[in-house]
Amino acid sequence: MSDALLSVQNLRIEFPTRRGTLVAVDDVSFSISPGEVLGVVGESGAGKSLTGNAIIGLLEPPGRVAGGAITLEGRRIDNLSYDRMRRIRGREIGAIFQDPLTSLNPLYTVGRQLVETILTHTDMTPTQARDRSIELLQEVGIPAAERRIDSYPHQFSGGMRQRVVIALALCANPRLIIADEPTTALDVSIQAQILALLRRLCRDHGTAVMLITHDMGVIAETANRVAVMYAGRLVEIGAVRSVIKQPKHPYTVGLMGAIPAIGSDVDRLSQIEGSMPRLTAIPPGCAFNPRCPHAFERCRSERPDLIASDESGVACWLFDEDASDVPMEVAGHA
Amino acid sequence: MIAYIIRRLFQSILVMLVVAFISFGLFNFVGDPINNMVGQEATTEQREAARERLGLNDPFPVQFGRFVANAVQGEFGLSYRLGEPVDEILVERLPATLELVFCAALFALLLGVPAGVYTGLHRHGFMSKLLLTVSLVGISLPTFLIGILLILVFSVLLGWLPSFGRGATVDLGWWSTGFLTVGGLKALILPSITLALFQMTLIMRLVRAEMLEVLRTDYIKFARARGLSNRAIHFGHALKNTMVPVITIMGLQIGSLIAFAIITETVFQWPGMGLLFLQAIQFVDIPVMSSYLVLVALFFVVINLIVDLLYYVVDPRLRIERSTAGGH
Amino acid sequence: MATIDSSAGKSVSDTQAVPAAVSRSRFTDSLYRFLDSDVMYSFRRSPVTVIAFVVTVLFFVAAFAAPWLAPHNTFDVRTLDLMDARLPPAWVEGDNAYTTGRAEFLLGTDDQGRDVLSSIMFGMRVSLTVGFASVLVAMVVGVSLGLVSGYVGGRVDSLIMRVADIQLTFPAILIALLIDGLARTVLPPGVHDELALYVLILAIAASVWVNFARTVRGSTLVEKNKEYVQAARVIGIHPVMIMLRHVLPNVTGPVLVIATITLAIAILTEATLSFLGVGVPPTQPSLGTLIRVGNNYLFSGEWWMAIFPGVALVILVLAVNLLGDWLRDALNPKLR
Repeated sequence: MSDALLSVQNLRIEFPTRRGTLVAVDDVSFSISPGEVLGVVGESGAGKSLTGNAIIGLLEPPGRVAGGAITLEGRRIDNLSYDRMRRIRGREIGAIFQDPLTSLNPLYTVGRQLVETILTHTDMTPTQARDRSIELLQEVGIPAAERRIDSYPHQFSGGMRQRVVIALALCANPRLIIADEPTTALDVSIQAQILALLRRLCRDHGTAVMLITHDMGVIAETANRVAVMYAGRLVEIGAVRSVIKQPKHPYTVGLMGAIPAIGSDVDRLSQIEGSMPRLTAIPPGCAFNPRCPHAFERCRSERPDLIASDESGVACWLFDEDASDVPMEVAGHA
Repeated sequence: MIAYIIRRLFQSILVMLVVAFISFGLFNFVGDPINNMVGQEATTEQREAARERLGLNDPFPVQFGRFVANAVQGEFGLSYRLGEPVDEILVERLPATLELVFCAALFALLLGVPAGVYTGLHRHGFMSKLLLTVSLVGISLPTFLIGILLILVFSVLLGWLPSFGRGATVDLGWWSTGFLTVGGLKALILPSITLALFQMTLIMRLVRAEMLEVLRTDYIKFARARGLSNRAIHFGHALKNTMVPVITIMGLQIGSLIAFAIITETVFQWPGMGLLFLQAIQFVDIPVMSSYLVLVALFFVVINLIVDLLYYVVDPRLRIERSTAGGH
Repeated sequence: MATIDSSAGKSVSDTQAVPAAVSRSRFTDSLYRFLDSDVMYSFRRSPVTVIAFVVTVLFFVAAFAAPWLAPHNTFDVRTLDLMDARLPPAWVEGDNAYTTGRAEFLLGTDDQGRDVLSSIMFGMRVSLTVGFASVLVAMVVGVSLGLVSGYVGGRVDSLIMRVADIQLTFPAILIALLIDGLARTVLPPGVHDELALYVLILAIAASVWVNFARTVRGSTLVEKNKEYVQAARVIGIHPVMIMLRHVLPNVTGPVLVIATITLAIAILTEATLSFLGVGVPPTQPSLGTLIRVGNNYLFSGEWWMAIFPGVALVILVLAVNLLGDWLRDALNPKLR
C-alpha cells in the first residue's frame, strides 16, 4: 500500500515485568489513507490506546515497541530519535486525548497554549500566530473567540475545552489526527456535536483520523473503516458499513449484538459471556476461544492470522478458505 | 482580590490572637510569676506588693486586654533572668537571627529547588541517584550534628572558620549587621550551612516529588503530543505547575528555619533569639518565652500571608473564580 | 491509556495465582503469599533496603538487649574509675597510658570513665523507646482524629483540620520545646525530672500527629463515598464499625509509611531536644545527651565522645529513613 498515509506493520508492544515480558499489542497491521477516518474499537486493555501512543512516539516506559514498523508517507517513524519525532508530533500527526478537562495546562490562557504550538511548528510572528489562533477558535465553534482567547481553561465548559483541544491538535495542519476516546468524558448531548465537528474539520482540511474508542456507536457515526482489537490483536478490519451489517469475527458479532438499535423490539441486548483475558493469561490459539460460541479444536491450538483481502480482513479460523472442517452454520450473525 | 486579602488578614489576626492568648496564659496562669521574680523566701507582703504592681489582681479580661495592648506596642515586661525589658533584649538579638535565617533560606532555595527540578527531570540519571542518596543522608543528619561536624572539620582541624559568635558587626542604627565585615561574613558561613542543609535536602526531595507528579499529568502528555520542545514542556509547563505546592513548602520551610535556628544558635553560640529562647526555657523565664512565641507567630503569619499572595499571582484559578461566574 | 496501563500492571501483580495445595494450612498459605508478593519482591531486589533492614534489626537488638550485651554497665557507679576517663578508642596509639586506647574500651571512654560503646547501647535504648512510644501515641491520636474528621465531616472536621493547619505551620521542634517549657513551668523541678520522659514522648507525639490525621482523613473521604461503605451505612452498621472494619484497612499502607518516616523524625527530635538539654533527664542519657556531653570535649581533641554516638544516631535514622523510602515506593507502584 504505497499510497497509504500511515501504515502500521506487525506492530508489537511489550512491557517487561518481573514475571516475564507482557505482550500488550501483538502483530497488529493496518493502514490509513489520506483523509480517511479509521475507527479502532475494543474493550479497555485491548491495546488500542497503546497503538495510538506508539504511533505518536509517546509510549510510556517501560512499554516499548518491540517489533514491526510504523511508516508515515513511506518514512519510518518508529525508530526516530525523541527530538526528530517531536517535530512530527503536532506538525504531521496531531493528537486528542480523552479528558479535555485535564489536557490543558490550567495556568496558561488557551491563547498562550495555541500561540506556543503554532510558533513551534511554523515561521509565523507572534502577532500572526495570535490571529491564526483566533481563526482556529472560531473554526472549532467557540463564540466570541477574540475575547475568549485570553481565558483560562477552567473558564470553559467540558465541551468547549474539547473544542480548544481540537483547535490545538489542528494548529499546524497535521495530515493525521490520533483521537483517543475524544468524547468519552463528555455529556452524551455534547458528544455528537464534538464528533460532527471533528468530522467536518477533517473533511475540510483533508486530515485523516485514527479514532480510538470503545463505543461502536461513535464508530458507526464517524468512521469510514473500522478495526476491531481484542487482547492486543487485530481481529477484524473492514469498511464500517459492511462490518456493522455483516460482522464476521464472533467477537465483532458479539459487539454488534450489544448495540441497541432504535426501532427494534428486542427486549434484551446480547452480551459476550466472560471477560477479556489478562495479558498474563492469554490462551493459546485464538485469544477469543474461551468466550467464543463457535470455537472448535483448531481455535484452541493454532493462532489465526488476519487474512486480509483488499480493505477488509478477519482473524478467525471460521473464515479460513483452505480449511474444510468449519461448521458452516455459524457464518451469519446473531 | 481585595476580599481575598481581607479574609486572609482576618485569619492572620485571629491566629495572632490565639497565640497571644496562649502566651498570656503562659505568662500569668501557668506557674506563679511572683515566685520567679521575688524568690521563694519573700514575705507575704512583698508578694502582695509585687502582685499589685504587676496588675495580677485585676480581672482576667482587663489583664488580657492590657497584655495585648502592651504586646502591640512591643512591651512584654522584664526578663526574670536578665532583669531587662524583654523588647530591648529581643531587638538586640533580632538581627543576628534574621541574618542567619536569611542566608540559610537563600542557600537552601538556590540549591534545593534546582536540584529538585534536575532530579525530577532526569530521574534515572547517575547524578540524580547520587543526589537522592546524599539527600537521604542529609535528612538523616540532625542539624546539631551537622554543626558539630562542621566545627570539628573547619574550626578544630583546619582552623579556617570561627566556631562561635558573629564575628565583628557593624551597627546601622539599631540593626547590627555581620554582612559588612570579613569576620562577620566568615562567622556566618558555618551556621548558615548548618541551618540550610537539612532544609535544602527536604526542599529538593519535595520539589522532585512534585515535579514527577506534574510530569505524569495529561496536560504534559498533551503538550508532548503537540510537539513542544522539552525545554518548553519542562520549564514552561511543568515547572510553573510545580510552583504552587512548592511555594507552600518553601513558606513552611522558612518558618521552620526560624525554629531550627534555635539549634544552630546553640551549637555556634550565635547571639540570636533562638539561643535566648532556649535559655529562657531552661530558666523558666516566662516573659521572654511568651514574647518570643508572639514574635515567631508574627513571622509565620507574615510568611503565610506572602505565600497566599504568591498563590494568587501564580494560579489564575484563584484569581478569577470569584470575579467571573461564567464558563461552566 | 491510563486504563490499559493500570490493568496491565495489576494483572501482573495479582494474577499469578499461588498454587495453593489443599493440604496447606492458612498460615503457611498466607506466609507464602506474603513472600511472593510485590512488596517482598521489591524488598529482595533492593540490596540497600535489605542492609537497612538488617542494620535496624541489629541496632534494636543491641539497644534492647543492652543490659546483657553491653561490655560494661554504665549505670553501676562502682565499676567506674576516673583513672579510665577520657581514654581514646582502642586502636589509637598515644604517648602515654592516658592517650592510648585499651581493648576493653573499644570506642574509648567519657569524662566519667564510662565505656562509650556501652553508653551508646544504653542510650539507643532510650532513644528508641521515646521514638516508638511517641510514634505510637501520635498514630493512635492522629488516626482516630483523622477517621472522625473525614467520616463525620462538618464542624468537627473543620475544627480538627483548622487545629492541624495551625499546628502544621509551627515546626515540630518548636512545639516540643514549648510543651517541655510549659511542663517545666507547671511542675516542680524534682517532679519534672521524674516525668521528663513522658513529657518528652507527649511533646513529640503532639508535634507529629498531624501527619497521620491528614492522610487518614484524605483516605477516609475517598472511601466514605464508595458504594460498599454507602451500602454498609444503609443497612445500619454502626459508624464506628464501618470506620474500623471498612475504612481503616484501606489506610494501613499509608499509615505504615508515615509511621516509619515519623519514627525517624521522632528519634531526631528526641536527640535534638536532649542535645539542647531539654529532653530526657540526665539520669537516662539518650544518644542526644551523649552528643551534648561529648560536644564539650570536642575542642580538646577528644572527638570520640561526641562522634561515635553521632554516627550511631545517623546510621539508625538513615536505616529507618531508607526503610520508609522503600516502603513508600513499594506500596505506591505508580511512583516507581
